[in-house]
Amino acid sequence: MSTSRIARGVLGASRCLRKPHRSNNFFFRSTSRCIATHTTPSQANAISVLPTIVDPSSEEYKENVRQMGEVMTRLEELTKKIHQGGPQKAREKHIARKKMLPRDRVTALIDPGTSFLELSALAGHEVYPEAEVPAGGIITGVGVIEGVTCMIVANDSTVKGGTYFPITVKKHLRAQAIAQENNLPCVYLVDSGGANLPHQADVFPDKEHFGRIFFNQARMSSMGIPQISVVMGPCTAGGAYVPAMSDESIIVDEQGTIFLAGPPLVKAATGEVVTAEDLGGGKMHTTVSGVSDYLAVDDAHAIILARRSISNLNWPKKEFPPPTYQEPLHDPEELIGIASTNHRKPLPIHEVISRIVDGSVFSEFKRDYGTTLVTGFAHIYGHKVGIIANNGILFSTSSLKGAHFIELCCQRQIPLIFLQNISGFMVGTDAEREGIAKNGSKLVTAVACANVPKFTVVVGASNGAGNYGMCGRAYSPRFLWMWPNSKIGVMGAEQLSAVMETVGRAVDPELKARIESESEAIFSSARLWDDGVIPPSHTRRVLGLGLMAALGGKNEPIPTKFGVFRM
Amino acid sequence: MLHASRSRALTRVLTAIPSRHLTTQSSSTPISSVLIANRGEIALRVGRTAHELGVKCTTIYTDPDANSQHALSSPFAVNLGAPSAYLDGERIIKVAKEQGCEALHPGYGFLSENSAFARRCVEEGLVFIGPPWKAIEAMGNKSRSKEIMIEAGVPCIPGYHGKNQAPEYLLEEAGNIGFPVMVKAVKGGGGKGMRIAMNQEEFLDRLESAKSEGRNSFGDDEMLVEKYISTPRHIEVQVFADKFGNAVALGERDCSLQRRHQKILEEAPAPNLAEDIRQELWEKARAAALAVGYEGAGTVEFIFDNDTNEFFFMEMNTRLQVEHPVTEEITGEDLVSWQFKVAAGEPLPLTQAEITQRIAERGWAMEARIYAENPNQNFMPDSGKLIHLRTPKLSETVRIDAGFVQGDTVSSNYDGMIAKLIVSGPTREVTIRKLHAALQDYEVVGLSTNIEFLKRICKSSDFIKGDVETGYIQKHTDELFTPDPLDPEVFAQAALGILTKEHSENSNFAVGPHSQSIGFAANTSRSFSFLTGASEPELIKVDISQLGPKLYDVSVEGPSVSQAYDRLICESTRPTSISSFFPRTRVESTLIPTEDGKLTIFSKGKQTQLQLAKPSWYEKALGLKDVANTVLAPMPCKVLRNEVKEGNEVEKDQALVVIESMKMETVIRSPQKGVVSKLVHKEGVSTLRFTKYSTLLTLLSRISAKQEPYSCFSKRLVSLLGLLTVIKANVILDRSNDVNEDILKGVSYHRIHSETRKMMSLQ
Repeated sequence: MSTSRIARGVLGASRCLRKPHRSNNFFFRSTSRCIATHTTPSQANAISVLPTIVDPSSEEYKENVRQMGEVMTRLEELTKKIHQGGPQKAREKHIARKKMLPRDRVTALIDPGTSFLELSALAGHEVYPEAEVPAGGIITGVGVIEGVTCMIVANDSTVKGGTYFPITVKKHLRAQAIAQENNLPCVYLVDSGGANLPHQADVFPDKEHFGRIFFNQARMSSMGIPQISVVMGPCTAGGAYVPAMSDESIIVDEQGTIFLAGPPLVKAATGEVVTAEDLGGGKMHTTVSGVSDYLAVDDAHAIILARRSISNLNWPKKEFPPPTYQEPLHDPEELIGIASTNHRKPLPIHEVISRIVDGSVFSEFKRDYGTTLVTGFAHIYGHKVGIIANNGILFSTSSLKGAHFIELCCQRQIPLIFLQNISGFMVGTDAEREGIAKNGSKLVTAVACANVPKFTVVVGASNGAGNYGMCGRAYSPRFLWMWPNSKIGVMGAEQLSAVMETVGRAVDPELKARIESESEAIFSSARLWDDGVIPPSHTRRVLGLGLMAALGGKNEPIPTKFGVFRM
Repeated sequence: MLHASRSRALTRVLTAIPSRHLTTQSSSTPISSVLIANRGEIALRVGRTAHELGVKCTTIYTDPDANSQHALSSPFAVNLGAPSAYLDGERIIKVAKEQGCEALHPGYGFLSENSAFARRCVEEGLVFIGPPWKAIEAMGNKSRSKEIMIEAGVPCIPGYHGKNQAPEYLLEEAGNIGFPVMVKAVKGGGGKGMRIAMNQEEFLDRLESAKSEGRNSFGDDEMLVEKYISTPRHIEVQVFADKFGNAVALGERDCSLQRRHQKILEEAPAPNLAEDIRQELWEKARAAALAVGYEGAGTVEFIFDNDTNEFFFMEMNTRLQVEHPVTEEITGEDLVSWQFKVAAGEPLPLTQAEITQRIAERGWAMEARIYAENPNQNFMPDSGKLIHLRTPKLSETVRIDAGFVQGDTVSSNYDGMIAKLIVSGPTREVTIRKLHAALQDYEVVGLSTNIEFLKRICKSSDFIKGDVETGYIQKHTDELFTPDPLDPEVFAQAALGILTKEHSENSNFAVGPHSQSIGFAANTSRSFSFLTGASEPELIKVDISQLGPKLYDVSVEGPSVSQAYDRLICESTRPTSISSFFPRTRVESTLIPTEDGKLTIFSKGKQTQLQLAKPSWYEKALGLKDVANTVLAPMPCKVLRNEVKEGNEVEKDQALVVIESMKMETVIRSPQKGVVSKLVHKEGVSTLRFTKYSTLLTLLSRISAKQEPYSCFSKRLVSLLGLLTVIKANVILDRSNDVNEDILKGVSYHRIHSETRKMMSLQ
């Protein structure tokens, strides 16, 4: 009672005080400037939140889910089969030798609770008529070891003895390229019989062949990118240089061997009869030759030693991502109902972006200009990115907008993400008169010169010069992934046959079907035109891991200098 | 620790007393300083009351106890040095005088029942807080105490110990005693030369059989006849007497639950005891105290015959007992403060009628002794560091008297009692339930404890009924020791706990895309292997696939378990705890890994200890080999006797060495048939080291081995063997002088290993 009476008294007092105030305010308002309107952050943010009109109960959505589901199931099953590695017999023999299967080696190598970003699991699929080469006989990917994001390259000796097919070489080199671009320490789990001899012509002599592996090792080491190898099987001839050119190497006792020539060749050359173990076994190399630095009892022990080596790299660990970020407002799983295998149907790209970026918040740039290319800023796991996404054919306006946006991002050191669904630049008299070639080249120049990390996801079609403007493989994105529905080719199979007919060439009746299948994501990935086919709902995660690889560790911003933009 | 509310109750009592005995105040000589001549929980217990009474405390400690709680509890703490110094009476008296102590409290054990010491205290002008030395002396002598008791009308166990060995005469004596009787060889022991005769008819047969066994076993057939009690109980009465010839009984305690003849669970009042017998017990106990001119706290122990409701005097303990808290609980009194008062010459604070009234009002109390021991290995004592210690929540009715905190070491030099958990409740049933609940919250890691065993007792139906007897544990062996069936959830929790701990340590990747599944057919299965703690360990494999942050598929496979859990959510709640949502339940577990590769899990009120299976490479890479040719001490110990000589052929399970640790003798047996090639320690050598690596005792070689395998030991190595741990000792079996010398120089294990192998292959 008493307190409320006091309160009332105070209120009364304030009432008395308020009167003159009010009149003062009125006085000021009429004579001086207006007061600034405050907008709360949530209200401010509202302008950037992408809405959705996706209706999971619609016929179109259901049809997309059905068609995508088929493709996804096919990929799921294919990948499962590939993950098993070589034939059953080879795997049993491998295990009987108390060796760990290569995928188990990789899992044991990375930190628990971290995800392995595998590259091109479909490599080599139906590439060689005479042989099945699951995953190209080599497992590559980005994984976290002792808190350090590393590139892992692991031979699968259950696949043709781990020998290098041309695709194996290509995959190994691609992994090294990624490691070099992203400053990732490399761990090689070596278990390979060396070059696949019947294919030696496509493996050995050229620039981007076997020798390049060691070239890369030397160059990376010189750049301060650590090279660690674990010898878990034979390393013969050129293969011997993998451990020999590493900063540190570990060898498994009575399992790994390193020599320039194996016992049969030695016998042929000098007549000396010697066992593989005595010639280049772990004990010899760790005690006598010093080719290897650590002797391991078995695979598991070798992996522990490799982890220890990584822990001693003194590699900087950046705090990334920040502890707080928002998941997208809209469910990424819905991308299966949004993406379509029919590329004639437009893909609503805002719906895709809203399922990739933090909180579905997208600060769109030049929203109403050149609308067939969508540009804007967003965050992925708290990291700021610039997004460039197709929403139709590229016109002069959209190309200019894209070039402008890339300039912004390079100026600000913001990584770029390209969401590619492009059938090409606009053609025709109007377009040419507008200077589409000139304007398109500005976009291509900007993409080619941009030194910020670039990531490309092909979410639909990837045709013609649109591929260039949208950072196709040739434009060195740090990573390039494809959705299962995506297709890549100079043009669509139908257009291609039409053009051929127009120019008067007889069209092979099977040509269309062949072009169709050669445009498939699986076909592309089997040949390493990309870094892997991913489920659309994983796009955000994969980009997150890519960003961590590109921005963590010893990566520093690289300034961009653009070429001449034709005006 | 004494709970705050208890201290308040104590203060109440203390302030009430002077007003009641105002007249006698002047005649007493108050004690203002005391030396506590003990260690551990009792030293702390005495110190607590002393502080309440404003009495200055001086504590003593030995080298191994330098950092123990009792040593730290007082600003006046004196180091006595050697571990055995608590028994050095003269030294302690000297310290007491130097420190200006007026009184000395002996606690229990050590010098508490040493009449000579009590006498010396008095001679040196110290107040000995305990009975007069003459009373200690009288009760310390078994036959004299029995005579005194018989004289005072206290029943003693009837028997014939005479020289007349004629069978007919013995039969007559047996008749007088009343059947059943036990005939026992005077020189007998360990059950040899002992027979039980249930009635007159079988007496002579049994006598003859006992006699012949006596003759054969120790060449003597002199027999004694005593009343045989088939289901005996241990019931004791807490008595207190003052200088004025008053003696009261503060109720009885039932201490029938014993292992190795030591109490582990005590309660008050005694269950299933008729009120008239109870009163008679109290009466006889008071008579016993008065008969020896007793002063202070004492306990009169009786053996109680469950079949006949008869009871007989066994002995009187002239000190405060370990289990005194249960009496404190049922009376609401602080017995240590009573000791101080009586020693100061004050009369007893309460009359018998007041005590009887209190007990009638206050319900039940139970005390469980938490011991460092392994119940599954015949309660073999254990020692070590208390790596993890979590105690139940203290309250008005849950009390813990402990001498250790987390991080302390339970030394093998002293008794292995870690703490006393005292719980009280309105009825016996409620008290048992509360005790069980409190034990479920009692977590100890670092050494074996009897906590799980105590929980079993709390669930044992005969115990709940109050059908207790001293042979309870033996009688209920099957019930109490049968291992629980394995719970797959525990193994799932163990593996998840290890995984989540590593995740949290790698906090950089705790958020973001990591831990999510990436790409098609993503598979991140990891396998964890555990060995169960059973005598024949089972290998349990747990496979975990991470599906997302905190989301897992788990499968548990083992010889007797097979269970898969899909999409299980698991997160860490505290640094040592995880919480998992299983399909039907949420399970919260605390996981404590220890350096020796063990993992202790507290889950659903149960403790499980697992051993992490060693990785394939572990022993080889570290130069270890699991060889049965080495015999290792299971704990820090003293070698009492070597039962064999070097070169002896031994059978499997033949006794090799007898060791002593924690007041217990343990026989170390041969793991295999073989020849003793080396006895590492001489008799009397202490191997007191605090490490979980055991000490090498004996080396054996297989009989089949023709050559003498260890002839090439370097002398230097042999001299160092006593200090070598398992690791090093095992490497020695790879015979090569160079290698052994290398070990001593600290060359890396890998190198040693490879070189050893090479040399072995050359041979």
